[in-house]
Amino acid sequence: MQDAAIRLRARGLKFQSIGPIDLEVAAGRCLAVSGPSGAGKSLTLKMLADLVPHEGDCFVDGVAAGSMSGPGWRRLVRYVSSEPGWWAASVAQHFADANGQAENMRRLSLDASLLEAAPERLSTGERQRMAFLRAIEDRPKVLLLDEPTSALDPVSVHALEEIVREMMQAGCAVVLTSHDPEQVERLAHTVMQLESRR
Amino acid sequence: MNGLVFGPGELALAAALVLVNAGFSAAFSLGIHRSVLIAAARMVAQLLLVGLVLGFIFTRADHWLSIVVLAAMLVAATFEVGSRQRNKLAGFWHYGLSGIAVSGGTMLVAAFALLTVSASDDWTAPRVVIPIFGIILGSAMSASSIALNNMFEGVSSQRAAIEAQLSLGRTRAQAMAPLMQRAIYAGTLPVLNQMAGAGVITLPGIMSGQILAGANPLVAAQSQIFLMLLLCAASTASVVTAVWLAAKSLSDDRERLRLDRFRAKKS
Repeated sequence: MQDAAIRLRARGLKFQSIGPIDLEVAAGRCLAVSGPSGAGKSLTLKMLADLVPHEGDCFVDGVAAGSMSGPGWRRLVRYVSSEPGWWAASVAQHFADANGQAENMRRLSLDASLLEAAPERLSTGERQRMAFLRAIEDRPKVLLLDEPTSALDPVSVHALEEIVREMMQAGCAVVLTSHDPEQVERLAHTVMQLESRR
Repeated sequence: MNGLVFGPGELALAAALVLVNAGFSAAFSLGIHRSVLIAAARMVAQLLLVGLVLGFIFTRADHWLSIVVLAAMLVAATFEVGSRQRNKLAGFWHYGLSGIAVSGGTMLVAAFALLTVSASDDWTAPRVVIPIFGIILGSAMSASSIALNNMFEGVSSQRAAIEAQLSLGRTRAQAMAPLMQRAIYAGTLPVLNQMAGAGVITLPGIMSGQILAGANPLVAAQSQIFLMLLLCAASTASVVTAVWLAAKSLSDDRERLRLDRFRAKKS
């Protein structure tokens, strides 16, 4: 792997008893973070997105997180929670361009009328898919997917993975946590094992 | 001006009314006589004590003594605001924040109020300074404790919504703005209600007191207006300060949500 192609790099990430973690993900590649529950998989992704305080440094295309603002970094490095939050009255208001979602919504078998609904009216699986679309809308350079298909049926799982693959072909680097070993098999190029804490 | 004076005889009559209440409660097992009697006795003791203490302070007319009294009032208000919160920030800063919010607005507005009456020669006398300060402080105290409670509850219950916005690259100001607006509204609502209802639904305390003490109603209304506007200004300033400091305290310079800065709740 050539250094120039490294999209995401982390050095000495440490938070409470997790880490230190070093990792590198090249453009167009997917790294799966695996380990027993409670090993800190979600927290590792949140450290990468700079959503929790931590030691160590992260870089995107060689540029350090510390050289830009927190929000600036998170516009490049996108954390997608498995239990996404909603803040506005309708689903559409969570998108910069709600109308531009039609094609992806069709692929993920989401009815177009969901856009006008209140987020709490959606099923867990619908919310998970809409939150994924919300997260990729502005094409971040790095996607941190935390159990991205935990509430989805097999058809939607494959449709969502297809979109992830297209993002990677366009140069996006992906870090994934998943309880589904077959999903890791399908998407990940490398797997990093997190030790159980203590 | 010959106002009404309530001597021991009048007070005894009023006390008899409360005793009758308590008697009814005891006779019909309403279960409130104990708390009514205790609260009434407490109120009598507190107010007589305050009357004695204020009388002493006013006759001394010592500025240093006034400053000590004002400082004690600020400390008490700070403690009230801080201890009312169900969610507390960890460490001393919880009370630091409460103190800054409640004293900032109060001192600014009280100083303004005193300067406007500085034409009269006794405007720094304790009998002018302490009541004005107290009434402003009371209003700032309840406004900022409501606002702070609302903000802390909002941030902890809306955690997922805030984190979702932050992870999409929005700033903490964007993510917290709706909660801040809601908290500021909640904090200023009492004083807004007070102004809206003044004279129509209730005759405000200052005005009633002055009228009972023999003042011309229009003069009484003017001093009530003056104080009401000051209360509005002080409450708003305290509320905005409290909410802004709360938002700042629950996030950091990397614009992360820091709920770890709440003190762990005793369960």
